[in-house]
Amino acid sequence: MTGAETVPGALLTGGAGLAFVIFAVLALATAVAVVVARNPIHSALFLLSSFLLVACIFFLQQAEFVGAVQILVYAGGIMVLFLFVIMLVHQRDIQEALTFQHQWDVALLFLVAFLVPFLYVLGTEEFPVIAGNPDAFRMVRGKLAGNTEAVAWVLYRDYLLPFEVASVFLLVAMIGAVVLGKRTAEKTD
Amino acid sequence: MNITINHYLIVSFLLFSIGFLGVLVRRNFLTVLMSVELMLNAVNLNLIAFSRRLSDLTGQVFSVFVITIAAGEAAIGLALTISLFRQRRTLNVEEASSMRG
Repeated sequence: MTGAETVPGALLTGGAGLAFVIFAVLALATAVAVVVARNPIHSALFLLSSFLLVACIFFLQQAEFVGAVQILVYAGGIMVLFLFVIMLVHQRDIQEALTFQHQWDVALLFLVAFLVPFLYVLGTEEFPVIAGNPDAFRMVRGKLAGNTEAVAWVLYRDYLLPFEVASVFLLVAMIGAVVLGKRTAEKTD
Repeated sequence: MNITINHYLIVSFLLFSIGFLGVLVRRNFLTVLMSVELMLNAVNLNLIAFSRRLSDLTGQVFSVFVITIAAGEAAIGLALTISLFRQRRTLNVEEASSMRG
């Protein structure tokens, strides 16, 4: 986590850089396993490990609060939802003859359409180097506090309205999930 | 090893592509939802990297919002999954095509 100031433009150096490579390769491998696994439970468990590895990458970037939220919300909340749904829909009832559908041509076409501008930007763009304080993400009003305090300071001071809108969004999502999940069609059952 | 913003962009792009492929080619609705989560994760990775690169905490705050949206999206999507399974006894997205024009 140190060393961002030694090499200009480098986000990580030395051992932290090596850790990033390991985490990134493992995260990509587990992501591939999510897509290719036939059993949804295997997909869910690979997804869980992918979330945890991405959280490790967040920790490397001084984003401790976001990493903790990633573990709590994704690994703790969303994964439990996924596993409950996998449990509710009985997999034995589902005869899955083919894992993949025949959209490979469309998918590869879109990927090439993404890849070309991505490579163009990657090759030409010079992102500005802003030599900030290495403890910038832990400072609150010039004093060294912690990443959680610093994020909270920005969140509640500058982004209070989006924060409240997010709470309303979560309420709407909760009501929607209850309404959709409720057993309404007694006639068909 | 020196890791620059380009490495982050490449990892994020690969993660997004894997999720995108999963959304397009999988038949199981649950796996499609998981692939959407992978794509959101890739976006978060970019936000965090640029937040560090530009020494601006706004990226971290924004990724907290993205995680919030992902939670709501997962809840609605899984409720839809249960609803689909009740109606059709399947999770195959190709069989849920009654609104196809």
